[in-house]
Amino acid sequence: MLPLIELAVLAIMVAAPVALSGRPELITLITNIAILSLLAISFDLCWGFSGIMTFGQALFFGVPGYVIALVGRDLGLSQIWLTLPLAMLTGLLLAFVVALFLFIGRRPTPIFIALGTLTGSYAAERLVSGWQYVGAGNGLSAVKLLQMGSYEFVEGTEFYSLACVILLAVYLCARGLVRSPLGLVLAGMRQNEERLAFLGYRVQIFKVVVFSLAGMISGVAGALYSYHQGFIGPGNMGPGLSTQAVIYCLLGGSGTLIGPVIGTAVIEILTYVLADIDRIRQFWPVVLGLVLLGIILFQPSGILGIVVTTRERIGSYGLRRKGAPQQD
Amino acid sequence: MALLEVTALTKMFGQLRALDGVDLGVRAGTFHGLIGPNGSGKSTLLKAIAGAHAPTSGTIRFDGRDITAAPPFERTRAGLSLKFQITSVLPELSVYDNVLLALQSGEGLPSLLSSRTRRILDSKVMGALDRFRLANRADDLAGELSHGQQQWLEITLALACRPKLLLLDEPTGGMSPEERRVTGELLRPIRSHCTLVIVEHDIDFVKSLCDCLTVLDQGRVLDEGSVEQIERSRKVQEVYTSRV
Repeated sequence: MLPLIELAVLAIMVAAPVALSGRPELITLITNIAILSLLAISFDLCWGFSGIMTFGQALFFGVPGYVIALVGRDLGLSQIWLTLPLAMLTGLLLAFVVALFLFIGRRPTPIFIALGTLTGSYAAERLVSGWQYVGAGNGLSAVKLLQMGSYEFVEGTEFYSLACVILLAVYLCARGLVRSPLGLVLAGMRQNEERLAFLGYRVQIFKVVVFSLAGMISGVAGALYSYHQGFIGPGNMGPGLSTQAVIYCLLGGSGTLIGPVIGTAVIEILTYVLADIDRIRQFWPVVLGLVLLGIILFQPSGILGIVVTTRERIGSYGLRRKGAPQQD
Repeated sequence: MALLEVTALTKMFGQLRALDGVDLGVRAGTFHGLIGPNGSGKSTLLKAIAGAHAPTSGTIRFDGRDITAAPPFERTRAGLSLKFQITSVLPELSVYDNVLLALQSGEGLPSLLSSRTRRILDSKVMGALDRFRLANRADDLAGELSHGQQQWLEITLALACRPKLLLLDEPTGGMSPEERRVTGELLRPIRSHCTLVIVEHDIDFVKSLCDCLTVLDQGRVLDEGSVEQIERSRKVQEVYTSRV
């Protein structure tokens, strides 16, 4: 079932700009969905596949977003081959440093990790809010357009195509990772960390690796967001967006990679549709909170859990054998 | 020289002295049983050796190296493997994947990114499952196995780490008499390449398998020797008969 859902999502992604041509505001919406899906996938790698409950994933989204905005403003650089790798490197290194603090030399509880990452995200948001060099509470606007040679990616179908190509590349890499022998280690780590240590695995190293990779994915998402919106602000690295990433993933179905993409689309489309209804818009954060609570209580496997069995979600890592449920 | 040397090992849980200056030597190539009444410290000793409990004082030397402060993964890599008392197989993974996970623990990060690793290890996984009569359950979830089969899977996982010393904590706990007999049969062949320390309540099982025994009582070594010596030991008889 999962491969079919993946193909269906891919088909929708390809058909969407054609179906929505002439509606630029909707092209903007689906571009946002593609970008935020990257953030949701990065959270899924941490939580859904590795059991690392990070409540501060936006930190690795916002900081690279600021970095490329500053590089554009102060150095005049916005070439894609330079700034997107820079954003990825920034996300990777920042996540690596946070991971070293969280995991090395200690056996942190999930609560410690959740609060540690949440605090980091909140502290960064507050710090940036009071720092004039980076625009303080107003953030950085008029971010230089992303360039490839002399070509500029403006908001619209071209930017959407770029976001989709990057999303597809990241998705395929993440898919390869979680289905590799390393993915089996992550699956074991999620189920029983202590058991893995007694099998000879240095669990903390694997946590640092996956957390850093997730930071790298968030980094490229942050850069794309910054270029697409032409703006990056303190809220883009704070607990609000971090929590949104959690909701995207849990609503769609964690541990599936495609679930977070679906969850992002559902939330963002609902946000767009309901934005015009004042009464609902005011209470939208409360609605999102209730959605999160509802998923945890009644449908922990998310939307995909309705049609995909736990066995298929977890999959099998060995060679194909007759009669065994397999992944593609 | 002993493969494992435990010297004056003490473990306190708050005010409770679970181990009180325990000395233990295990020679390479032997099957060594740890017996004693409930609460005598057998499982605590095994966990301290494996690294699950940090000792309060004392030293543990394995294969000539002091491992007292080494974390569990280092001990496993050094050749020391533990089968837990309570089965801790990974229930949501298939039986096959449980063993694959154990076998690939010796691989480096680059190998873990390559799908060649699973091709290389496939025959080893099936061989390991075959030895412990689990090959026909390879594709089932580990959590779906019977209790006895989960115990066998646990032993398979512990052996997949290619240990020099295997620590088994109550391997026949909860098994039927037939399963116990089979477990004994399955364990005997490993003597050729592995030393065994076993904690077990079933005295007949221990006697049928082990060369020497250490008897623990209230966290201390009460007596040790061959099976015959322990059977004749007055100290041991007194402890066992006085508690009945």
